[in-house]
Amino acid sequence: MIVAEQKSLEEIKKLVGNAKKVLVAGCGTCVTVCFAGGSREAAIVSAELRMSTKLAGDPKEVADVTVQRQCEWEYLDEIAEQVQGVDVVLSLGCGVGVQAIAEHFPNVWVVPGLNTKFMGLPTEQGVWAERCAACGDCILGLTGGICPIARCSKSLLNGPCGGSLDGHCEINAEVPCGWQLIYDRLKSMGKLEVLMEIQAPKNWRTSRDGGPRKIVREDLRLVSEEK
Amino acid sequence: MAGTNGYLSGSNLERVLKNGHFAVTAELGPPQNADGNIIRKKIGLLKGCCDAANLTDNQTAIVRMSSIGAGAILVQEGLEPVIQMVCRDRNRLAMQSDLLGAYALGIRNLLCLTGDHQTFGNHPTAKNVFDIDSTQMVQMVTDMRDKRVFQCGEEFKGQEPRFFAGAAESPFAHPVDFRPYRLAKKVKAGASFIQTQLVFDLEAFQKFMEKVRELGVHKQTYILAGVGPLKSPTMAKYMRDNVPGILIPDELIKRMTAAGAPWAGKSKDELTPEDKKARTKAWQAEGIKICIELIQQLRETEGVSGVHIMGIEWEEAVKPIVEGAGLYPRPVVTEPQAA
Ligand code: SF4
Ligand code: SF4
Repeated sequence: MIVAEQKSLEEIKKLVGNAKKVLVAGCGTCVTVCFAGGSREAAIVSAELRMSTKLAGDPKEVADVTVQRQCEWEYLDEIAEQVQGVDVVLSLGCGVGVQAIAEHFPNVWVVPGLNTKFMGLPTEQGVWAERCAACGDCILGLTGGICPIARCSKSLLNGPCGGSLDGHCEINAEVPCGWQLIYDRLKSMGKLEVLMEIQAPKNWRTSRDGGPRKIVREDLRLVSEEK
Repeated sequence: MAGTNGYLSGSNLERVLKNGHFAVTAELGPPQNADGNIIRKKIGLLKGCCDAANLTDNQTAIVRMSSIGAGAILVQEGLEPVIQMVCRDRNRLAMQSDLLGAYALGIRNLLCLTGDHQTFGNHPTAKNVFDIDSTQMVQMVTDMRDKRVFQCGEEFKGQEPRFFAGAAESPFAHPVDFRPYRLAKKVKAGASFIQTQLVFDLEAFQKFMEKVRELGVHKQTYILAGVGPLKSPTMAKYMRDNVPGILIPDELIKRMTAAGAPWAGKSKDELTPEDKKARTKAWQAEGIKICIELIQQLRETEGVSGVHIMGIEWEEAVKPIVEGAGLYPRPVVTEPQAA
């Protein structure tokens, strides 16, 4: 899932600025699961915004609404009216959700209420960790299902650097060394010989380095045109 | 254009190693400013004491004079440089173009490194590169030399850069079991020499070398063991506790502490400036002594072809160490021997 974190109320207030009517838009998918921007958080943020602006002598009209998925235009149609009626939409969706609103409603001012962090999973109650950097050419088959791009601080492909110590990465004792994890897993699976092969430089063109990415599925496209 | 007389680069370091001499390289840390005279001063301390001097590349992610810029000064002054290059700051384009420039400036030795993460240094908010890793860098550089191709596969027209290319290994970093294999991998990629992280724990190093010999890698590359003088018991403990891959046996810490014993038990205020100076001197003398002993034992270790002395901003220590270890003067290999 996409993991995000709420911005501070201070920053949110700055982003909302002097708008009088505000719509806080939550999203019912990833950011709900990571407790950053679901209907519950949307309600809390709007209450906080209402209260603090009132106390500051600049009361705002703040409402909130949550769609199932902000990252798909068809779900946004449901809230078209509410969105059009305000000065600013504070999106509690991930970065994709914010942009979906901006694209779908060209005359609406939308600002982000979250910082989108990474693609990852919950490792324990209240803890999420990154797992994939969407490099566009998955090599998990070479590394026992542990990603060296996202989980090694230097995205190394040929094994650990010299900074790996006691299972953690050189940057911080809280960060597990991705290569120690890969090594341990391959060892336990009896597949260490995989690591002896020299991996060639990665083709980063499939990653963000190749420019904004897009997938076109002609098969699916034709189907929708036939309809 | 092939190398002369079977040499890959013809560098002094390569000639010394290929002719069977026990090699000595020393580290020269470029300054955090643009003063070339600091380099010249350090050259004065190292010239004649080593076969080549390593120039660090923004070590610990702190901005310093570039290893290539400093290396050009070494070439001018007649001290052979080994330029270090890390994967943190350059992508494959920048690496290759800088290597073309370095070669044109007369630089012939290169050490390919991963590089410390930028969070350690003075620009922790920087974006890092890590386009390729150190193993891939070795392969890229040796392909430029031996296959005369750029990393993309395009062929050279004209002079290719012919570097004597090496890599590093940290024998005691984790996972420890993988380290000899990682070294083997870098050698397979084309590393002609290996410089190791600082070795203080000979027993642990012997174990590492045993495995290296078992793999036969010591016959395919020249291994230069990293050594350096301890400066004080505090510094020794700091390195032991904070630098990944540095093991310092208690015995050495005890020796360093004992060297300062005449001044022990006195508070800061009780020590006169003369006392402090004398204590520093005693510590340094012991640190140099330990370093010399380590070199002598490393010299006896099968598969170790030389030492890499890292003074860590104490280049003055290199000469007494090299002399004390009986490695002075350095051999002059004038007549290149056909391989
Ligand atoms: S290799 Fe690429 S696609 Fe696969 S998990 Fe890692 S970043 Fe994601
Ligand atoms: S310590 Fe491990 S995770 Fe960190 S950069 Fe080195 S290899 Fe990667």
